[in-house]
Amino acid sequence: MLLDVQDLRVRFGSFTAVDGLSFSVRQGEVLGIVGESGSGKSVSMMGLLGLIRTPGAEISGKVTFRGRDLLALKDREMRAIRGKEIAMIFQDPMTALTPVYTVGWQIAEQIRAHEKVSRSEARKRAIGLLEEVGIPAPGKRVDAYPHEFSGGMRQRAVIAMALSCSPALLIADEPTTALDVTTQAQILDLMRRLRDDHGSAIVMITHDMGVVSETADQVLVMYGGRAVERGPRQAVFHHPRHPYTWGLLDSVPRVGGPRVRRLATIPGTPGASTGGGCPFADRCAHRHAACDEAPPLVGTDHLDACWLPAEERTR
Amino acid sequence: MLGYITKRFGAAILVLFAISVLVFLIFFATPGVDPAARIAGKNADPATLAQVRASFGLDEPLPIQYAMMMKHLFITHDLTSFVNRGVMVIPQIIDAIPITLSLVVGAAVIWMVLGVVMGTLAGAMRGTLVDPLVMLLGVFGVSLPVYWLGEVVNLITQKELHDSVFSWVPPLGYVPFSQSPGQWALHLLFPWLTLALLYAGIYARLLRGELINALNEDYVRTARAKGLSERRILIKHALRCSLIPIVSLFGLDFGALVGGAALLTEVVFGLPGVGKLTYQALQNLDLPVIMGTVLYAAFFVVLANAVVDVLYARLDPRVRHAA
Amino acid sequence: MSALLKATDVVKHFKAVQAVNGVSLEVRAGETLGVVGESGCGKSTLGRCLVRLTDLTSGTVEFDGQDITTLSRRRLRPIRKGVQLVFQDPYASLNPRRTAGDAVAEPLRVHKYGDAAAIRRRVAELFDVVGLTRAHLDRYPHEFSGGQRQRIGIARAVALSPKLVVADEPVSALDVSVQAQVLNLFADLQEELGLTYVFIAHDLGVVRHVSDRIAVMYLGEVVEVAEAERLYDAPAHPYTRALLSAVPEIDDGSGAPRRERIVLTGDVPNPIDRPSGCSFHPRCPVAQARCRTERPALRVVGERQVACHYPSIGGNVAAHGTLVVD
Repeated sequence: MLLDVQDLRVRFGSFTAVDGLSFSVRQGEVLGIVGESGSGKSVSMMGLLGLIRTPGAEISGKVTFRGRDLLALKDREMRAIRGKEIAMIFQDPMTALTPVYTVGWQIAEQIRAHEKVSRSEARKRAIGLLEEVGIPAPGKRVDAYPHEFSGGMRQRAVIAMALSCSPALLIADEPTTALDVTTQAQILDLMRRLRDDHGSAIVMITHDMGVVSETADQVLVMYGGRAVERGPRQAVFHHPRHPYTWGLLDSVPRVGGPRVRRLATIPGTPGASTGGGCPFADRCAHRHAACDEAPPLVGTDHLDACWLPAEERTR
Repeated sequence: MLGYITKRFGAAILVLFAISVLVFLIFFATPGVDPAARIAGKNADPATLAQVRASFGLDEPLPIQYAMMMKHLFITHDLTSFVNRGVMVIPQIIDAIPITLSLVVGAAVIWMVLGVVMGTLAGAMRGTLVDPLVMLLGVFGVSLPVYWLGEVVNLITQKELHDSVFSWVPPLGYVPFSQSPGQWALHLLFPWLTLALLYAGIYARLLRGELINALNEDYVRTARAKGLSERRILIKHALRCSLIPIVSLFGLDFGALVGGAALLTEVVFGLPGVGKLTYQALQNLDLPVIMGTVLYAAFFVVLANAVVDVLYARLDPRVRHAA
Repeated sequence: MSALLKATDVVKHFKAVQAVNGVSLEVRAGETLGVVGESGCGKSTLGRCLVRLTDLTSGTVEFDGQDITTLSRRRLRPIRKGVQLVFQDPYASLNPRRTAGDAVAEPLRVHKYGDAAAIRRRVAELFDVVGLTRAHLDRYPHEFSGGQRQRIGIARAVALSPKLVVADEPVSALDVSVQAQVLNLFADLQEELGLTYVFIAHDLGVVRHVSDRIAVMYLGEVVEVAEAERLYDAPAHPYTRALLSAVPEIDDGSGAPRRERIVLTGDVPNPIDRPSGCSFHPRCPVAQARCRTERPALRVVGERQVACHYPSIGGNVAAHGTLVVD
C-alpha cells in the first residue's frame, strides 16, 4: 500500500468540503476519482498534500504514505515529499507555469530543489525529460518560454516537470479537461506509457467517465465531500451499486451504442453536503427514512455508501 | 526586438515635435499676448523690441516663427531670460539639472527600497497585523501633500527643534557634490525623505495588490507542488512577476520628476533645481525660460516612456515576442 | 424540407487569421444541425457569421429565403426576432446588474412585444417553460447555479418565438448531471415550439445526442456532413475517423464494440499557418501526393458530403480516387 487515506476531513469554517474520505492506492496503480462540482475531489488531494493555504482551513484524518502520516508532518518535511515523492499537476496548462522563466529553468529548479546536482546536469536531465514526453527539438525547446508552447505541449512540459524526480505517486487534477479531444488522447497515452516506464502510481481526478473507464484500475466516486462508491474499474462500471453512479452513467451522452431520445437525469444541482444525512439524499429517487443518517462506505473489494438493501439495487 | 526599439524611438521623436509645436502655439499664437515684449525683457525700449521682432520673425507667418524659435533654442542657444535681462536660458537650465538629479535619484532609491519592502511585507503577511499597519503608513505617505509635509519638516528641523534634536540639520539650500559629499547628502536628507514618503506609499500599495494577485495564480500553486520553499516562491516567482508593472511605473515617475515635477519639494527646501526654476519663471511669466523648461520636461517624460516600453519587453518575455 | 438557413462560401478573416475558410451549409427547418470540431476549427466564428453577429469577409447567408449578408443594422432588426443565440458562458452572457426577469424581458421590450403587463405575463410563462419558478424572477445572476443561468439564457432566446436558435457550446461549462437536464430542455423546447437548432459543440457525445445531421469542421472548413447515426457508425473523412476514435469511451459491459484508435501526430494547427492543398494532409494517415497540392471540395458522396480525395465509404479506405462502395 503506497498511500492510505483514513477519514480525511477538510473544513473551511462551518463549511465541510471533504467529509470523512477513505481510500488507498497501491504501487503502480491508477486510481480514478470521479465527481462533479462540490464533490471535494480536488480539495481532498490538495489537502493531503498540504497545498491548501486558505486561512482558517482545518484538515484532519490520517494520511499514511510510505509509513509516514503526511498530516502530522511539519511543512518543511512535507516540502521534501512534494515534488519528489508525490507530484501534482493541475487542469489548465496555460497558466500552470511561471511566465518569466524558461521551461528548462523551471524543470531544473524542481530537480535542484530535491537533489544535489549541478546546473548543467539538471539542464541535461530537463532536455531528456522533454524528449521523453514527446516534445520535438527538446534541445532548443528547453530554452523556450511557456507562452511559446501550445496547450498540449505545455501540458506535456508540466508532466515532464512533475516526473523529473521520479515520484512514486502522481496526482493529476483534471489534466486533460482543458485540452482538445485528440490532444487529450495523446496525453492520456503518454501518462499510461510513463506509468509503465517509471512505475509511478497515478491518482486521476476527473469528471469524465470515459477517461476513467479507459485509464483507471480502481475507481472512486465522490459526491458532496464523501466517497459514495469505490472498487475495481470493471466492477464499478459493469455493476454500479450507488444511485449516484447510476445517474452519472445514465446521463452521459454516448459516442457509441444506442441513441436515447431523452437522457436520464438526476434532478437538482450537485453541491457539497449539508447537514448530517446522506449528501445525495435530496436528489435521490430512492430516498427513504434511513437516509437522514449518512451511510458508511461498506463492502470488501467493491464498496458503496448506501442504505438500500442488496435486492433493491437495480437501476 | 531591434525593429521594436527603432519604432518606439521614432514615435518618441514625433511626440516631441508635436509638443514643441503645441508649446510654441500657446505662447506665440495666444491672442492678447505680445511675444515680442515677453522675449525682449522687462521694460525693453522700442529699438530692442524691433530687433526682437526681426530676430524671431514675429511679423512672419507662424511656421517661420516656429522655425526661428527652434533655431534660437537649439542652434544659436542665445535665448535670454525675460526677467533677468541677459541671462541665457539654456545654461540656466543646464546648471539646475544636477540639483534636480541629486534630489530625484536619491529619493528614488529610498522610495523603491521602502516601497518594495513594505509592499512585499504587506502582501506576504496578509491577514496578520503587519498588513494593515504597513498600508496605514502608505496611506499616510500618499495623503500628506509634499508642500505641507516639507514645510512642517522645515518647521521642526530648522526652527522648533533646531537647537536640540536637529542641530545637525544644515540651513536650506544646496551644496554641490564636488564641493563636499557629506554636506551634499546632509542638505538633501530631508528633501529625499519628504519626496520619498509620498512615492513609497503609492508603490507599496501597488506592489501589495500585484503580489496578492500573483500569490493566487496557478503558477504559484505549481511552484508549491514542486516542493519549493515559501520564501523562494515569494521572491523568485511571485515578486518577480509583480515587479514588472512596478518597474514600468517607476520609469514614468522618474522621468516626470527629472523633468521638473519635484517642483514643490525644491521650492520648499530651497533647492535651485529645474523645478524651482520653472516655478519662478511661471510666477514672472518669463516666457523664454518657460519655453525652455517645458521642452526640457517634455523631453524627459517622452524619453522615459520610450525607455520603459523597451524595458518592459526585456522583463516580460510574453511582450517581447508579441513585439 | 426547405432550407431555413443557407450559407454559401462563407469566409471570415481576422487580419492574418483565416477563421472560416469557405463554408457552405444548409439548415433544414425543424432539424438540429450539429457543428463539431476542435479549437481553432472556426465553429464559433461560423455561428456568429450565420446570425450576422459578425460581418462576413465574403460569401452569403440566407435566412428564410432572404439574403441577410449585407443588411444594415436597422434592416436586420426585424430578422433578429427569427434568429437567436445561446452562449457558452452562462455568467458572462447575463448582465450582472439586471435581474433574471429583466434579462428575459429585454428582447420583448426591444421588439415592442406589448405593454408592460403583457411582457410580464410572457416572462412568467417563459420561466415556467424552462423550469424556473416565479421566485427566480427578481434574483440576480450571481444567485443562480450554472445550469439555472443557462436556463435563463434559453428563456431569453426563445422569448420572441424565433424560428432558429444557434447555440454556441451551451453545455460545455456545466456539470454532467446538469448538462443532461439542459439537453433535455433543448429537446423539449424543439418539440413544443417547433424550433430549428444549430448546435455548436466540441463534445462528440453531446453532439451525437442532440443532432439530426452533423457538420465536422477542421481549420475553418467543413470536412464532412452526414446524418448523425451514419457519421458515428461509418465516418468517411480521415479526420472524423481519428476524432471519433480519440474519444474515451465508457465500457459498461453493454457490449458496444470499441473503435480502433487512430493516433494523430502533432497538435491542432494554427489558423494563421495554413497547410497547402488539403488542410488536414500533414496529419492525415492516408494522405497522398494529390492532397498536398489540391484542396478537396465538399462533394456529395452517397448520402453524405465529404471534402476528401480518398474518403472511406462503408469502412473501406479508397485508394487513388476510386470509390469503393459497399
